[in-house]
Amino acid sequence: MNSKIMSDNMVGVLGAGSFGTAVANILAKNRQVLLYARNPATATEIQTTRISSGQHISDAIRVTHNLEEVAKNCNVIFPVVPSANFRELILQLAPHLRPYHMMIHGTKGLDLQIPENRGSNFVLTKDHVSTMSEIIRKETVVVRVGCMAGPNLASELSTGHPAATVIASPFTEVIHEGKALLRSENFQVYGNADLRGVELCGVLKNIIAIASGILSGLGLGENSRGLLVSRGLVEMIYLGQALGGEISSFIGLAGIGDLVATATSTNSRNYTLGYKIAKGKSLEEALAEMDEVAEGINTIKIIKQLADSQGLKPLITETLHKIIFDGMTPENGVNFLMRQQSNIDIDFL
Amino acid sequence: MESISPDYVKKKYEPIVRGGINEWPVVALSRNRDEFIEEVARESIKRIKLQASSRDALMEELETTVFREKLRVKRNPWAVDPEDDGDFLKSVKERLLQISQSNNNEEKDQKLDEILEEIVIRYASEIAGNFKKSRYRMARSIVTFGFARLLNASRARGFWSIFSTQYTLQDKINITGEVDQLRKLAKKGTIVMVPTHFSNLDSILIGWVINALGLPAFIYGAGLNLFNIKVISYFLNSLGAYKVDRRKKNLLYLETLKAYSSLAMQRGCHSLFFPGGTRSRSGKIESRLKLGLLSTAIEAQRVNYQKGKRDSLEKIFVVPVTLNYNFVLEAPSLIRQYLRLQGQERYYVENDEYSTSYKISAFLVKFFTKGSDISVSIGQAMDVLGNYVDEHGESYDQNGRVIDTQEYFTIDGKVISQNEQREDEYTRMLSERIVEEFHKINKVFASHLVAFTAFVIFKKRYPKLDLYNLLRLPEEDLIIDYDEFRQCFQSVLTKVHSMYNEGKLNVSPYLTGDPDQIIKHGLKNVGMYHSKRPLVRNKEGDITTQDLHVLFYYHNRLDGYELENYVR
Repeated sequence: MNSKIMSDNMVGVLGAGSFGTAVANILAKNRQVLLYARNPATATEIQTTRISSGQHISDAIRVTHNLEEVAKNCNVIFPVVPSANFRELILQLAPHLRPYHMMIHGTKGLDLQIPENRGSNFVLTKDHVSTMSEIIRKETVVVRVGCMAGPNLASELSTGHPAATVIASPFTEVIHEGKALLRSENFQVYGNADLRGVELCGVLKNIIAIASGILSGLGLGENSRGLLVSRGLVEMIYLGQALGGEISSFIGLAGIGDLVATATSTNSRNYTLGYKIAKGKSLEEALAEMDEVAEGINTIKIIKQLADSQGLKPLITETLHKIIFDGMTPENGVNFLMRQQSNIDIDFL
Repeated sequence: MESISPDYVKKKYEPIVRGGINEWPVVALSRNRDEFIEEVARESIKRIKLQASSRDALMEELETTVFREKLRVKRNPWAVDPEDDGDFLKSVKERLLQISQSNNNEEKDQKLDEILEEIVIRYASEIAGNFKKSRYRMARSIVTFGFARLLNASRARGFWSIFSTQYTLQDKINITGEVDQLRKLAKKGTIVMVPTHFSNLDSILIGWVINALGLPAFIYGAGLNLFNIKVISYFLNSLGAYKVDRRKKNLLYLETLKAYSSLAMQRGCHSLFFPGGTRSRSGKIESRLKLGLLSTAIEAQRVNYQKGKRDSLEKIFVVPVTLNYNFVLEAPSLIRQYLRLQGQERYYVENDEYSTSYKISAFLVKFFTKGSDISVSIGQAMDVLGNYVDEHGESYDQNGRVIDTQEYFTIDGKVISQNEQREDEYTRMLSERIVEEFHKINKVFASHLVAFTAFVIFKKRYPKLDLYNLLRLPEEDLIIDYDEFRQCFQSVLTKVHSMYNEGKLNVSPYLTGDPDQIIKHGLKNVGMYHSKRPLVRNKEGDITTQDLHVLFYYHNRLDGYELENYVR
């Protein structure tokens, strides 16, 4: 539409982790990219070595540690930082943002805000749990918000194998912009108007990915994984609906597509974490061995709290919570799940 | 009435003048009425053709319109409908038939365009208001003077009291909230006022409020059904109302209506419409708004920006307003309709409880002589994206940073682009903001609170019953021990006050002091002139209801605040 005007502008990527770097590299095929790294030393290092999170970065990428510079030069910004740092980053960026900015985030986590002075009859509701797009909407003047989700393992994206992603936003102009910026040979971009649903897909599938890692760690074979992926999807839909997503998004690229990739790949952080736990590592030990954040752990915590207060019964999530935080052994966890009888295969369509 | 708390401040507002009545945009609009109708028609035709872009699509749209209109004439005729409706539709139908048999495409297009124009002009002239300066002045004085007389006659006893000036309408109707800001902004930009809608009285009440605040006349959308009644029709016409016919749901009509509203706003006419569309059947504050007319505010703002009108003088300000009553005359029939609609989906006629001038006059007399106090809360003005604005018309984000509203219509901060889907989404966002503001400025009356508490007690007493079975409970099961009631009431009251301190709602001055007094005040006022009272104390002093349906209706006013958790 206005691609001519836009082409003069750089695109911003916030976060130089492995996924942020991969996204920056994809964008760099179409545009000049300004990549933000929080730490000035890291930014300088990436700028000179041209290596970020183990990936070579394109010549079209410039690195900065100045948020104002990103907001000034880029009309479209992709925040790709862990959910734990997301709100803080957005708050720092907020004074520089203007209503014309568009933001498409790639963070697959949730944010829990519990009020400090809560009364005795405080009940945790979904109002206390925000998706990343809600943080942007709440803390900034930016309204044209979207997310990017799908089977996008960072390590594979850098190889240029065929892949695809979903851009979700209630604004079609955001989807168009996302497509124009990301689309390249061997990388397809789909659109979806159900922003919340797609965000929840990306968030909830991490839980199942941890469970899948546990199955592999225990050496339980592929039949069990088929069982897990299928029942896991049912649980994702159950939770997703309770949190306000639409079913249809869960059977799309960001739902089942991402679930299959993350639940079977040794490159997936959440899968790897589950694998280590099944091998007898404690959570602390497993986390210490990993470079980057596995969002699934935080998600399990939040969903467990929410489920308890709202009377939801997500079996797989609750069992994982017991394994990870309450000392249940992975074997007992699997046994526990296998004793649960469920007669109906599909009850959500 | 015994005062248990300081009364509202009575204040007189001088009319604000923007060049005098002759320069009011609404006067200019009526002076050039024919020209304006033509402009509306041209704009509507442009819009309709965008949506029905091919010959076949246009043909189909016209046929659908005629079909639906014929159905309306047959099934649901109103006195206000023009007598030649039937003949007109018949002629259009015959011409459409001829066109469909023709092979000459050029001729076909020409004839379809002719029909389209005829229909659209017909609609536009029906919608267009008939504002007259002289009649406006007169109607204004009748409303203020006449109603004040009624009021005095009923309050101060005795024949001569009809000439008393002891009471004015402002004793009865308390206007609170951001009045000064509204008056300042009305001088600068274009106001779009969006009130809640509970009663047929609202249309007239809000007309009075606008005048009492010294604001220039607004154009406002009033249900066509109100024009069935001669007296009301006279007032509404004089006050600048335009007509909205909810029976007509065809594309041609809707586009014409939207074009009318949008163009009037672009010309700087202050506007008012009820964003809920119809009166709230349930008695709940509107939670879902009709987006059609609302979208015209966003469109008009964008068009103004496209024309380079950048300063706050051309800015559109959205002002939410809640009308708070102790008593809604239509409550029994509204709640019946609501329950019927909820119970089973079925076609129902847009009916009209006030079909005659006699009934409506009786209603007005009853209201002004007996009805209890009414309060009107004026909300803080927002830009079309729902950001608060200050009295200079500047928009602010939540951290107090100035926002340039124009930038929402660009993707680079410079070039304004037209994007319908974007504006649809903005409309939805604006509607959510308005609903949020409604809840914030809604004024909780003692009567609402007693009704709410009592109904929730019943609901919690029978947790297994669904709403319909609950409403069928026999009288003997509907008694609440006064002490139990008082305890629950106090618990909810405490929560209401703490929510008030957090700015989540507004409270009536009568809601302070001794709880027993508040309950007494509430019981006295809740639905006070229904033949069956929603809430009374029986001989034993306990709380009971004579009409659970109506109690449910008044209880609904406080729905959506999650106060039910505090009834224990």
